[in-house]
Amino acid sequence: MNLLHLSLAEQGIFVLAALILLASFFLIAQVRLVAAIHSFAWQGALIAAVTFLVAGVQNTPHLLVSAVLTLLLKAIGIPWILHFLVRKMGLEREMERLQRPALTLLVGTGLVIFSYWAVLPIERLEFGATRNIIAISLAVVLLGLWCMVARHQVIVQVLGFMSMENGLFLAAVASTKGMPLVVELGVAFDVLVAAILFGIFFLQIRENLTTLDADRLNRLSEKEER
Amino acid sequence: MTSVHWVLVLPAVGIFVLAGIPSLAVAGWLNLLLTFAELLAALALGWQVKQSGVLVLPGFYIDAFNVYLVALTTFVGFTTAVFSRPYMAELVDKGLLSRRRMRLYHAMYQGFLLTMLLALTTNNLGILWVSIEGATLATVLLVSLYRTPEAIEAAWKYFILCGVGIALALFGNVLVYFGAQPVVTHPEDGLTWSLLYPYAEHMNPTVMSMAFVFLLVGYGTKVGLVPMHFWLPDAHSEGPTPVSAVLSGLLLNVALYAVVRLKMLASPAILAADLPDLPGLLMMGFGLLSFSVAVLSLHRQRDIKRLFSYSSIEHMGLMTFAFGMGGPLATFAALLHMLVHSLTKSAIFVTVGHATHIAGTQTLEQIRGLIRVQPGVGWGLLLGVAAIAGFPPFGIFTSEFLVLSATIQHWPWLTGILLVGLGIAFAGLFRQIHPVVYGPAPEGQRPVRANMLPVLIHLLLVLWLGLAIPGFLAGWLNEVTQLLVGEGLL
Amino acid sequence: MDARDTGGAVMADYVNPVGWLVAAAQGLLYVIAAPLFAAWVKRIKARLQNRRGAALMQPWLDLRKLMQKETIVAHTASPVFRAAPYIVFGGTLLAAMVVPLLVVKLPTTAIADVIVLVGFLALARFFLALAGMDVGTAFGGMGASREMLISAMAEPALLMVVFTVAMTAHSTNLSSVIELNLQTGLVLRPSFMFAILGLILVAIAETGRIPIDNPATHLELTMVHEAMILEYSGRHLALMEWAAQLKLMLYAVLLVNVFFPWGMAQSLSPMALLISFVALCVKLGILGGLLAIVETVFTKMRLFRVPLYLNLAFLFATLGLLSHVILETGP
Repeated sequence: MNLLHLSLAEQGIFVLAALILLASFFLIAQVRLVAAIHSFAWQGALIAAVTFLVAGVQNTPHLLVSAVLTLLLKAIGIPWILHFLVRKMGLEREMERLQRPALTLLVGTGLVIFSYWAVLPIERLEFGATRNIIAISLAVVLLGLWCMVARHQVIVQVLGFMSMENGLFLAAVASTKGMPLVVELGVAFDVLVAAILFGIFFLQIRENLTTLDADRLNRLSEKEER
Repeated sequence: MTSVHWVLVLPAVGIFVLAGIPSLAVAGWLNLLLTFAELLAALALGWQVKQSGVLVLPGFYIDAFNVYLVALTTFVGFTTAVFSRPYMAELVDKGLLSRRRMRLYHAMYQGFLLTMLLALTTNNLGILWVSIEGATLATVLLVSLYRTPEAIEAAWKYFILCGVGIALALFGNVLVYFGAQPVVTHPEDGLTWSLLYPYAEHMNPTVMSMAFVFLLVGYGTKVGLVPMHFWLPDAHSEGPTPVSAVLSGLLLNVALYAVVRLKMLASPAILAADLPDLPGLLMMGFGLLSFSVAVLSLHRQRDIKRLFSYSSIEHMGLMTFAFGMGGPLATFAALLHMLVHSLTKSAIFVTVGHATHIAGTQTLEQIRGLIRVQPGVGWGLLLGVAAIAGFPPFGIFTSEFLVLSATIQHWPWLTGILLVGLGIAFAGLFRQIHPVVYGPAPEGQRPVRANMLPVLIHLLLVLWLGLAIPGFLAGWLNEVTQLLVGEGLL
Repeated sequence: MDARDTGGAVMADYVNPVGWLVAAAQGLLYVIAAPLFAAWVKRIKARLQNRRGAALMQPWLDLRKLMQKETIVAHTASPVFRAAPYIVFGGTLLAAMVVPLLVVKLPTTAIADVIVLVGFLALARFFLALAGMDVGTAFGGMGASREMLISAMAEPALLMVVFTVAMTAHSTNLSSVIELNLQTGLVLRPSFMFAILGLILVAIAETGRIPIDNPATHLELTMVHEAMILEYSGRHLALMEWAAQLKLMLYAVLLVNVFFPWGMAQSLSPMALLISFVALCVKLGILGGLLAIVETVFTKMRLFRVPLYLNLAFLFATLGLLSHVILETGP
């Protein structure tokens, strides 16, 4: 994809997509809980910005609705809920020491390369200018997954989970000008309900286990059964 | 309002009504009544489809395949509600549950049915995704209903694993939508089944294979396919028994329905390009893996509900395998298996629920001599296990026999694995259940008030299906087979 | 911008005596302007901290004073210690000559590419570290080991940045890169965005600014650069400080000229040179201001955090490379 053939707005979409990827990396590497929530909020805002740009470039007004929805939900609503919970549980100063930061990031980079490789056959098809972003969005999905594996703090795991959703949304927006509105509304509803349920779970887990370390959720391992 | 709308409106109204009713007894009966009404609506819908063929309404698409599952879902939903009313009331009496949680339970029971039915009837692949995710959201608080650390952990695993899986499925959906753009006239139609399916052959095979991989992994998590199955035993063992029954009997089916639907969409495109049938092969691989792993795991379970959840994984694996194999015989067998497995498994979970109340524990070693303590429950468990293990004359024997015949026809060298697996499963189940039923009853086990009617109905149906499949049902399943693979069996 | 095109240009530049003259003048300009740039940053920083700050000429006066002072060398020092200041200064100056300052194409920039630049800087750093260890004092050795730790982690990041830029321009020659950027005008490249971020982080680490090192203190537990040159005095010290200022200037010019080359002279006409000079002053002025703000806002980080910081630089650079491959290439 030669950037020179694209308009400035389309180049902007690419830059924002790259920044979204960066936000995923920050999410994985952020040691402080509050900072991780902020990274997630930034990622949401960037996704909203991409959606705005795509709506403008490809002249698809229904994307504006999605953009506003994303901004309200992912950049403001969910981070606010999480912030509220963190304050309520007194975790503002919560830190989680990463076991091997360099290795964690290296695996993340590997995942980006993998996504590129996986999506390569699709990029060869002549399907529109912004299809290169599919690789980025798959990378964001996988990085969210990796965040859930690499981090032990339950709230950060949830952030990883939600950022997977961000990646999916990016894929939908960038590759196909967004899904049909009814589907997007449904997905947004699911995400909102999921966020609320996660909040309930944090409180339940903390009440029962007095910690939010996922390593402590190990009562039901198969070992017990031998 | 047509019967489709009734099928969906009833549970939707049920959520709000049941959430608002403070009286437990009233809510229990109302829940029962609602599920019965849903069953009637579903049967009316089935009749309608039988008369007029495929039904395409705005937003809904109903053919023989999904209406068969709608009927099954509402039926199991109804019988489980029959069981759940006194069962849950007893839990409240014992002080294990508060009244507020019971309101949540009833509301979410209807919510779960709503999402299941919406997933089955919708015409939009995106809405299918939304409602399957909705089913997770509706049931996750039910799994953690007891609020013990174990229950919360199980619910957390269920939530996270299914959430991750379902996210991958959404990526697959995005890819389908992406691949559909050159095919459909209006970009918005890219996920509408009725507009998409006729052009399945013209979609890009590369995009569709990749999309199917994501969709299989995603929805496969919900089906309980190995290696994404870890949530399933936990959620089944820690949730209340009625929830285990509907999860095993319904949710797994609906997730498998989604996989099969998308295979219908992906396979033609890939076959049209003269490529190997990747969706079918993948389903066979995952199915066989799940089957084998679950069969081996049966032997090392110590919790009675975990035992039967692994048995669910085994049977879902078998169905996935059969659907993946394709061909009229295997598909017919898989459809029949879906039906009999749902009926049997929910009956077993109902019985197990009573058994755990009798013994006061879920640990297999401490449940003994059921047939002496309460013959009804003991016999129910014995017959249920005989049915699920594939004893003739029960229906599962028939369907497994058909699967095996299809395997001999197309993949003869896999027959051995299946036969050995079925043998091991049989041994595993009976080794574990034999002392539970026949052993000497320990002190302190006393009969409970058990409602064995649903079990009886289910097992009789399974028996009937094993002895002779009624003509209308055979015709119905044949119609579905025709829909799925292009040719009927009969 | 194929290498073939520049190959032709190289021959033309070789035989152009005016070109050599301008190149020499440009080197001189580097040497003169470097203390000024350092003073500019210092002055803005002082203003931000509500101080008046020293005059812009102050570094020059300092250098003159040091030059006039007697040079004292420790008994234990080997010839390396004496030679090091000249090698460090010379190496840095040669590196600076590779980076186009006012004119895009010059003989000096044509014969050496950006890998040579990295090599010259590595040479200078090597001798700086040797000199630090040479006398055998505790501080010198400590500073040298810290410097090598930082540079060992900064260098991969720097090379990644170089590769990112080189992949876009299909050349490792800085002139070609700048020419490409001038030709295409404003193109928002994700890879360049990451490359800029990565280069900024590397530059801050390599030039010993806050938050990696504080050039204004001699706090024994934290200093890196100052610890190495602690034993120097007089002329030697002047050269060492000058080299450090030159390095700062070099990185600043690298940033503004490679990524924001607008205004640079593509011919040798006086008018173009003048415009280029003004543009450069403006760009460096802004960059210096930004640097001062960063140094005011941030505090120096603990040495154990430095690897994390440089990991980030490497991450930026890698992401730059990846986003170039993923987003900017293709059919």
